[in-house]
Amino acid sequence: MKRKKQLYKILAAFVFFAAAYLFSSVGIWRPLLFFASFLTAGLPVIRKAVRNIGHGQVFDENFLMSIATVGAFALGEYSEGAAVMLFYQVGELFQSYAVDKSRRSIAALMDIRPDYATIDRDGKLEKVSPEEVVPGDIIIVRAGEKIPLDGIVTDGNALLDTAALTGEPVPREVAPGDEVVSGCININGRLSIRVTKSFGESTVARILDLVENASSKKANMENFITKFARYYTPAVVLAAAAIAVLPPLLAEGAAFQEWIYRALTFLVVSCPCALVISIPLGFFGGIGAASRNGILVKGGNYLEALASAEIVVFDKTGTLTKGRFDVAEVHPEHIDEKKLLELAAYAGSSSGHPVSLSIRKAFARPIEQKRVSGVTELPGYGVRAIVDGSEIYLGNARLMAEQGIVFEPAAKPGTIVYLAENGVYQGYIRICDEIRADAADAISRLKEGGIKQTVMLTGDNRNTGAEVAQALKLDGFFAELLPEQKVAKMEELLKEKTLSGKLVFAGDGINDAPVLALSDIGIAMGGIGSDAAVEAADIVIMTDEPSKIAQAIRISKTTLCIVKENIIFALGVKFLVLGLGVAGIATMWDAVFADVGVSVLAILNSVRALKAK
Amino acid sequence: MKKTFVLEDLDCANCAAKIENAVNDLEGVVSATVSFMTGKLTLEAEEADFEAVLDEVEKIIGRVDGDVTLIR
Repeated sequence: MKRKKQLYKILAAFVFFAAAYLFSSVGIWRPLLFFASFLTAGLPVIRKAVRNIGHGQVFDENFLMSIATVGAFALGEYSEGAAVMLFYQVGELFQSYAVDKSRRSIAALMDIRPDYATIDRDGKLEKVSPEEVVPGDIIIVRAGEKIPLDGIVTDGNALLDTAALTGEPVPREVAPGDEVVSGCININGRLSIRVTKSFGESTVARILDLVENASSKKANMENFITKFARYYTPAVVLAAAAIAVLPPLLAEGAAFQEWIYRALTFLVVSCPCALVISIPLGFFGGIGAASRNGILVKGGNYLEALASAEIVVFDKTGTLTKGRFDVAEVHPEHIDEKKLLELAAYAGSSSGHPVSLSIRKAFARPIEQKRVSGVTELPGYGVRAIVDGSEIYLGNARLMAEQGIVFEPAAKPGTIVYLAENGVYQGYIRICDEIRADAADAISRLKEGGIKQTVMLTGDNRNTGAEVAQALKLDGFFAELLPEQKVAKMEELLKEKTLSGKLVFAGDGINDAPVLALSDIGIAMGGIGSDAAVEAADIVIMTDEPSKIAQAIRISKTTLCIVKENIIFALGVKFLVLGLGVAGIATMWDAVFADVGVSVLAILNSVRALKAK
Repeated sequence: MKKTFVLEDLDCANCAAKIENAVNDLEGVVSATVSFMTGKLTLEAEEADFEAVLDEVEKIIGRVDGDVTLIR
């Protein structure tokens, strides 16, 4: 509403302005019409100027603009006085429109906040605000509704649109027993969900919190501009005062009128507006573009730093690989494959170890518990159990050696478990973690993007590490690392980068917190799951695709490029016009372009950051 | 103590910069950032001085741009 009124005022001012040109020959009408145009457009500015000068704000832009325009009228430069005010107001209107539009489009990106939750109280449905729901409640989510809180599906099947959280266009299918996170939209079907987290701890609330706080961590460039603005205006105003007074006093033949005009052009250029708007807008847009793609950046400073990434260090399990183990090979000695798998599945039937789980998954038949007895877990070695009356040892090479069983160690990548029946070696089962589909692509894109070194750290054995590193064409890897050794390796790698270069660490957050904290930029993969990782990380990637790291770096570079363009362009034009102004070449028309025109162009340029991919 | 406040009707970027600079110069302020894009002030100050600092912040805001109000 306010803006519309402003627009009408500007249009009216334009009419007066045009009329003044048409009646340019008719004596008194010309200055009168220009003055009418000036007042219609500029009254709010003058009013603010008077109020702010009362508060002692000498370097207030309203005040300076008022002096410049009133001064122009006093010098008889009616058209320029009116034009400067008119275009200044046009620029202000445009700025407020552009800024509002960007704010809105980012708000739309982040439109994941649910308005309500439907609680199922013994069959009676009740609509409440999400904050009122407590863990353990059953909520109903119908087709088209947002999932308001994190939970587990207890009934119903549906497709979920996760795009607002992950940038992933393909819907996810859920069934009873699946975990769902808030912020997803239920496309079809009706779901009953048992809530596991209160609203304040749910994914939506945490993402919103993270994004809101991002703007308080400013990039160095933003801080530089704020500091610069502090000195720029006073410097230009003092220069203007000196120009108005000194030459006419010191130099013979210098007319006051001429030098005052030059001083007024200075005042018009004295606002650092183009910079103070477009630079934060650029970073804001870049952060927005990233979050649209499921990359949450915790601050402008991290987005800025990412552009100078030199070394990218990956955790292996769960980051470059799926972290889900599958049986890759069953290698029997005296019995058949099926029998070996069956014995292994039974021996490990009561174990929750990932290896046992994947063996049972490969066996894929129900376990008859009565066939197993005498299970002893041997931590760090494996397990001993009686299956169908035979004594089974299932575990690593150390277990075989300790039991004095004759066997042949297999030098192959992956986790290898050996099985012995009644003291006789029966074969091994090899379990492999699968490399993520986009991992190789991620590495090659990082290389294309100018990353000097890609390194993998893993606690896994050397063979596995080598295989993954080779398959992905990594520059280096370090295997068999204990958590504290990972930290030590990171410290070594940090010494290898150049002074301005940055080291990025990406991990899935399990046991990664110390390494995440140590890196220049820590990236936590796979969403907002692990609290410690999200806390320690600077960037959170909502999906588990490592290729998003390359995308994040690309968005960061685009943003930084836009920001630099704006700084160079805005300062370049301003200083050029200031220079030409002193020389008496630049008119007030040029000055108003250096102020408003530059702002508008810089803003338009910044808005591009929002579309970075 | 660190807290975030909404600055209502903050629609001048240079004012945001001026407010940020002035608030950072206040005694008792550890750090302050004003985000023009989100219209928010993030203020970190000593717990004991917080209310007093906030009063000063309001004065600064009134001086720089009388249209802006700090929502406590």
